[in-house]
Amino acid sequence: MMRHTIAVLVKDHPGVLARVAGLFTRRGFNIESLAVGHTEENNISRMTIVVEGDERALEQITKQLNKLIDVIRVRDIFPSNSVERELALIKVNTNSLANRSEIIQMVDIFRAKIIDVNSQMMTIETTGTEDKVNALIELLKPFGLKEVVRTGKIALFRGSKSVSTFKKQEE
Amino acid sequence: MSYMKLTGAQIVVECLKKEGVKVIFGIPGGAIMPLYDILYSETSIKHILTKHEQGAAHAADGYARATGNVGVCIATSGPGATNLVTGLANAYLDSIPLVVFTGQVSTNLIGTDAFQEVDINGITLPITKNNYVVREVRDLARIIQEAFYIARTGRPGPVLIDLPKDIQLAQTEFKYPEKVSLNGYKPTFSGHIQQIKIAAQEINKAKKPVIYAGGGVISSNASSELRDLAFQANIPVTTTLMGLGTFPETHSLSLGMLGMHGTAYANYAISAADLIIALGVRFDDRVTGKLSKFGSQAKIIHIDIDPAEIGKNVLVDIPIVGDLKKVLKKINEMIEKKENTEWLEIIKDWKRKYPLKYENNQELKPQYIIEEVYKISEGKAVIVTDVGQHQMWAAQYYQYTIPRTFISSGGLGTMGYGFPAAIGAKLGCPEKRVICISGDGSFQMNQQEIATAVNNNLAITVIIMNNGYLGMVRQWQELFFNKRYSSTTLTGNPDFVKLIEAYGGTGIRVNKKQELSPALEKALSLNKFVLIDCIIPGEENVFPMVSPGSPLDQMIGVD
Ligand SMILES: Cc1ncc(C[n+]2csc(CCOP(=O)(O)OP(=O)(O)O)c2C)c(N)n1
Ligand SMILES: [Mg+2]
Repeated sequence: MMRHTIAVLVKDHPGVLARVAGLFTRRGFNIESLAVGHTEENNISRMTIVVEGDERALEQITKQLNKLIDVIRVRDIFPSNSVERELALIKVNTNSLANRSEIIQMVDIFRAKIIDVNSQMMTIETTGTEDKVNALIELLKPFGLKEVVRTGKIALFRGSKSVSTFKKQEE
Repeated sequence: MSYMKLTGAQIVVECLKKEGVKVIFGIPGGAIMPLYDILYSETSIKHILTKHEQGAAHAADGYARATGNVGVCIATSGPGATNLVTGLANAYLDSIPLVVFTGQVSTNLIGTDAFQEVDINGITLPITKNNYVVREVRDLARIIQEAFYIARTGRPGPVLIDLPKDIQLAQTEFKYPEKVSLNGYKPTFSGHIQQIKIAAQEINKAKKPVIYAGGGVISSNASSELRDLAFQANIPVTTTLMGLGTFPETHSLSLGMLGMHGTAYANYAISAADLIIALGVRFDDRVTGKLSKFGSQAKIIHIDIDPAEIGKNVLVDIPIVGDLKKVLKKINEMIEKKENTEWLEIIKDWKRKYPLKYENNQELKPQYIIEEVYKISEGKAVIVTDVGQHQMWAAQYYQYTIPRTFISSGGLGTMGYGFPAAIGAKLGCPEKRVICISGDGSFQMNQQEIATAVNNNLAITVIIMNNGYLGMVRQWQELFFNKRYSSTTLTGNPDFVKLIEAYGGTGIRVNKKQELSPALEKALSLNKFVLIDCIIPGEENVFPMVSPGSPLDQMIGVD
C-alpha cells in the first residue's frame, strides 16, 4: 500500500465536494486528508487529497474522478518532484515555568510561532512537511496536548510544471 | 438582439422541442405543476401518464433502448422523485441515455424539510452520470442542453435535473446556446492509432480469436462494423446479454451468449481462445466466471469509450479508448482475409456435441414458448424481458439478428423492468411488434401499468411464464441451498386473465402445449394489448449454468 497525494481541479459549485468524497467512500478508500480552496482561475477550486491504496485501485479512482463532469483535472503528485506543506495549530499545556521555556526552545528550533498564550497554555503555529509537523507534535506530547488541528497537505509540482497545464485526458 | 421572455416551465418545453423529444413519461404533483400546466396545451410532445414513477423511468429507458434516442421522464418532488431511483440505477448500470426532471420545493424552502422535500440530487449522486439543481432560471436552458449532451455522448447514462417550483415560474429571456461547452467533459472518440495498428496485427496473427461483444456495440451503432470484422477474418462472435442482436445469431460464426447461462460452446471458445477481442463490454462477473481463469490463454484487446472500464476487472494487453464504430472502421481497413478453418472446426464440433437443449416433451416448456415466439414473429419482434429464469430462456432460445430488438435489465437485474420498458419501446417503435416476456413474480412488480397500456391502445403482447415461483431464486435454492424454498413460492398469485380483463384488456390462458400457437396467433392478429398467461412446469431450470465463482468452462447441465 502506497500513500498518494492527488490534486483535483473542480468546478466551484455546490455538491462538488460530496461528489468527489462519495467516489472515494464508495470504492472503499479512506481519505487521510483533504484540503480545498480557490485557485488562480475564477470558479475553479483545487482539492488536495491524501489517500492510501495500491496502484491499481488508485488508477481506478483517478479514472472515476475524471469521469465526473465537474472535475476538470486529476493528477497524482509524486513527492519526488513536488513541494508540499501542511499547517497545524497546537494547543499545549504550560503549567510550570520550566515547561514553558523548554517549549519555547522547541518552537524556535522548528521555526514555529507562538500565536496565543495564557498562564495555562500556549498555541503554536507550524508549517512544513507532514513529517516535520508530526515530529513537533510528538515532541510536545509529553507536556500535554490540549488540542491539535491540521489543514491537511497541499502540494505543487516543482518548477514550471503545473496541474492546470495538463489536459484532462488524451483528447 | 432581444429574445422572448419565457417562464422556466416554458423553457423546459422549448428545450425538449429543440432536442427533438416526441414522447415523455411521468406523473404530476405539487412541485412540478407549473411544468405540467405548459404541457397541457403543448401538442408536439406526447405525455404518457404512467401509474407509478418507476414505470415512467423504465418506460423512458425502454424507449431509449428501442430507438437510440434519449428517454425523458418527469416526476414531482419527494415521493415522486424517490420512486424514480430504481429506474435511474437501472439506466445507469446499463449506460442508457435518460434526461429526468424532478420537481423540487421552491429555492427559499430548500433545506427546511418542507413538504415533499427530499435531496434527490444527493440520493442519485452515485446512480446518475451527472445531476443538477437549477438555482437560477437563466441557467436552465444551458443545463438542459448539457444534460442531453452528457446523456447521449461518451458512455451514455441518465442525467437528472431538479427543478424548484419558483424556477419553473420565474421568467427570463430564452436562448438555446449554440453549442455545449464543458471543460470537464471531453470523451475520447478516435482511438490511439498506434494501439489500433497493434490490435490489427494481433487479429491477423491470432489462431483462435473470439469476439466478445457487449452493449457498447449497440450504443455506438457499431453492429455493421462488428459484422465486417467477423466476416472478413472469420472470427466467431459471442455476445453478452446486453450485446444480443449486435451479431446475427443465425450465422455460423455466432456463438450466442456467454457467461453464467451462456452456451457451452461460447464458454469453451472464450476459455480456449488465444485472442479475445472485447468490444464495448465491462467484464462483469456474470460473464467472466472466476476472474483469474477468464481468458487465461488469451491476449486481450479491449475497446471501450470509457477509460475507467479498461483494466478495471481484467488486465488487458491492448487497451483502446474510443468510439467503437470509429475504431472498428480503422481496424477493419488493416485486417487480412482469413479462414481460421481449424479453429472453426473445433467450434463446430463443440456446437454439435453441446447444443443448447431441453427436454421437449408434452409439457408446456418455457424454452418451447420462446422458440414458438421466435417462429411466429420471424425473429423480427422487439423482445423485452423482465428478470429471472424467463429472461435467460428468452436470451437463449430466441435468435436475435437485429440490434435493439432485445431489451433487458442487465446490470441491475431489476424485476419489474420489462413491462413498463415494453410500453416505452412500443411508443418509440409503433411499427414494430413488441413482445414482453415476463415472470409471475416480476410482472407483479409493475402490473399497475396495464392501465397505461390499455389506455393508450398499445398493441403489446405480454407473455407471463407462470411457474408459481420466484423461479431463478428457487433454482439457486435447489442447487445451492438443499431445496429449502424459503419465500420463493408465489401462492398468492392473481388470476392474470381476470386481472387484465378488469382493466378492459384481453387475456388468454395457455395450459397446454398445443394451445400455445393459436394463442400467439390470436394475440398478434388482434393488434391490441393482450396478455398470455402460460402455465409452465414449476421446477424447470435454466441450463447451462456456471456456478458463481467457477471458471466458465465448468458448467452444470452440459454432458
Ligand atoms: C427488484 C428485485 N427484487 C428481487 C430480485 C431477486 N430476484 C432475481 S430473479 C427473482 C425471481 C423472479 O421471479 P419471476 O419473475 O417469477 O421469474 P422466474 O425466475 O420465475 O422466471 C428474484 C426474486 C430482483 N432481481 N429484483
Ligand atoms: Mg416465476
